[in-house]
Amino acid sequence: MMNTWSEHMGKWMFRVHQYIEKQKAKAEERHVHPFWVVVYKEIADHVRSWRFLIMGALIVLTCMGSLYTSIQALTSPNNSESATAPGFFFLQLFTSTTGSLPPFHAFISFLGPLLGISLGFDAINSEQHGRTLARLMSQPIHRDDIINAKFVAALIVIGVMFFALSFLVMGAGLLVIGIPPTVGEFLRIVCYWLVTVIYVAFWLNLSILFSVLFKQAATSALMSIAVWLFFTVFFPIILNLISSAIVPSPDLAPAAEVMQAQQLIANLSRLSPGQLFSDITTVLLRPTIRTFGPLTLSQIVGAIPNPLPLGQSLLIVWPQITGLVAITTICFALSYVSFMRREVR
Amino acid sequence: MSEPIIILRELTKQYDQAIAVDHLNLTINKGEIFGLLGPNGAGKSTTILMLLGLTEPTSGEVQVCGIDPVSHPVEVKRKVGYLPDNVRFYEDLTGIENLIYTGQLNRMTKKQAREKALQLLTRVGLADAAHQKTGTYSRGMIQRLGLADVLMKDPEVIIMDEPTLGIDPTGAKDFLNLIVRLSREDAITVLLSSHYLLQVQEVCDRIGLFVKGKLIAVGDIASLSQELFANEPFRIEAIIHWERNSSWDTISALKQLLLQINGVAKVDIEDERLHISATQDVTAQVARTIVMQGIDLLALSKREHGLEDIYHRYFESESIQ
Repeated sequence: MMNTWSEHMGKWMFRVHQYIEKQKAKAEERHVHPFWVVVYKEIADHVRSWRFLIMGALIVLTCMGSLYTSIQALTSPNNSESATAPGFFFLQLFTSTTGSLPPFHAFISFLGPLLGISLGFDAINSEQHGRTLARLMSQPIHRDDIINAKFVAALIVIGVMFFALSFLVMGAGLLVIGIPPTVGEFLRIVCYWLVTVIYVAFWLNLSILFSVLFKQAATSALMSIAVWLFFTVFFPIILNLISSAIVPSPDLAPAAEVMQAQQLIANLSRLSPGQLFSDITTVLLRPTIRTFGPLTLSQIVGAIPNPLPLGQSLLIVWPQITGLVAITTICFALSYVSFMRREVR
Repeated sequence: MSEPIIILRELTKQYDQAIAVDHLNLTINKGEIFGLLGPNGAGKSTTILMLLGLTEPTSGEVQVCGIDPVSHPVEVKRKVGYLPDNVRFYEDLTGIENLIYTGQLNRMTKKQAREKALQLLTRVGLADAAHQKTGTYSRGMIQRLGLADVLMKDPEVIIMDEPTLGIDPTGAKDFLNLIVRLSREDAITVLLSSHYLLQVQEVCDRIGLFVKGKLIAVGDIASLSQELFANEPFRIEAIIHWERNSSWDTISALKQLLLQINGVAKVDIEDERLHISATQDVTAQVARTIVMQGIDLLALSKREHGLEDIYHRYFESESIQ
């Protein structure tokens, strides 16, 4: 009995092995467009590089940590969030926390930029510094193929990584809470994944831009990190200063004036890509959020505190999504143009 | 042999204020090994980049293999192999992986590329190092890998920028001979730029002298020296031995006799050396005269104008200005 089973297994394994070998041989004989040749090479470089392994491990570990706390929070009896939004257990995997660790989405918004920067900061200048750029450019490929391929390769790496991570969180959630996600929740998570990839792509493009502009990889890495630090640390401080200067005390000034000033501060804060991202993820992952602005009493009266459908949630953050896509595109366009104009020497 | 493969007409490249290449006219024939010789900053690299369509000319016309690299760079790059100066490879890939990558960029399948790479690595003598990472290669090995890399695409033309830079003289000579052998085998046209005149002198069919963006002379060594030194006197150097005690008369008599030879313009005596300038080759007469005078002739040399003289004359006078 055992014998036939192992024999069976062996045959099966052999067949799989044969299949893989056949596919490999097929791939060997396929004519690949040069653009994809560059993409494959870049992906291989990224995946084998230490910095990707380190960043990836860091992100996976912290996400596992935050997943653990969110599961703890979900299963604890005095869970305030599940009381207000019943039925969205799955999304709470990404947002809820006991307070000991930030939730999943906060971690991503913090570490995602670093991953993007680490994949892009030496995209062009390392080839130039290593003197391989001239040789690459003398091959029969278009010049823009090089920068496009570098971008696409990093994007694929980022996309696959976050795809895997989101679905790992979902899988772990399935095991722990035992309730499958609804279609709405699933779509929200897919949208969240897409937005995360766009957000990380923004930092990727910014660092690619610096890698075209600066000859030294260290300079471009520091520049990218400086921009990131500015937006995560100093920008909120500056906003605080401005807000304490211009927002009048609600006890003294008329409500309209206070609201106007607060609106201004909120809009200023959206100059930061991180703020845009956190706006979008908050609304996507918390279906009960209906607006960012202050609500008057008359607007709340009679409103049923129901969660919004996905379309409506998207509509709320549509300006933020547009903004995020726009800055990502602008960064790429700038690096594209400066790379195309660059003299080879 | 006289079918033109690279044609440059009134080619000009201007960077802001400086003119890198100034109305360059040049035709290179199929199967030729052409040396572009000039000091650093003469515009050699810029010319090469324009040939490949990597830099756009300010004005003028380029044709490589009958294609205009300005409007069709990819088609030109399919036929032209380029070895940049101080070429390097991806250091964390092995030699063969680097070549396969190049092959795939030239639309080969991985299988074809691997076969071709192995064959070329054997031809350039790197078969043993094929599976070593190129980070461990020596400068000479890198250069040979560069040649294999250029040959991956079966080029019609190879363009090399300073191919011998950073290799020791023996290695450089071997490398140049390898280039010549491989290109003759496959009937490939070679354009190489250099500022090492002596090495280039040996391997090139024709040479173009490039100074400050201008081509001042083109031709093989013999015609170059004829062209450039048409009005120059012949120079003969003789070393003689004479007793210091014997009077100056012997020497001045010799000088007089030498001056009487038809064609001799000037004789300078500097201790035991005689410098003779003449309008024609009078070496034999000079030897006979000295020996007839009973003076020991230790050495006699005819100074021909080699590339070195050409180089010094043109490049050094340029740098003085």
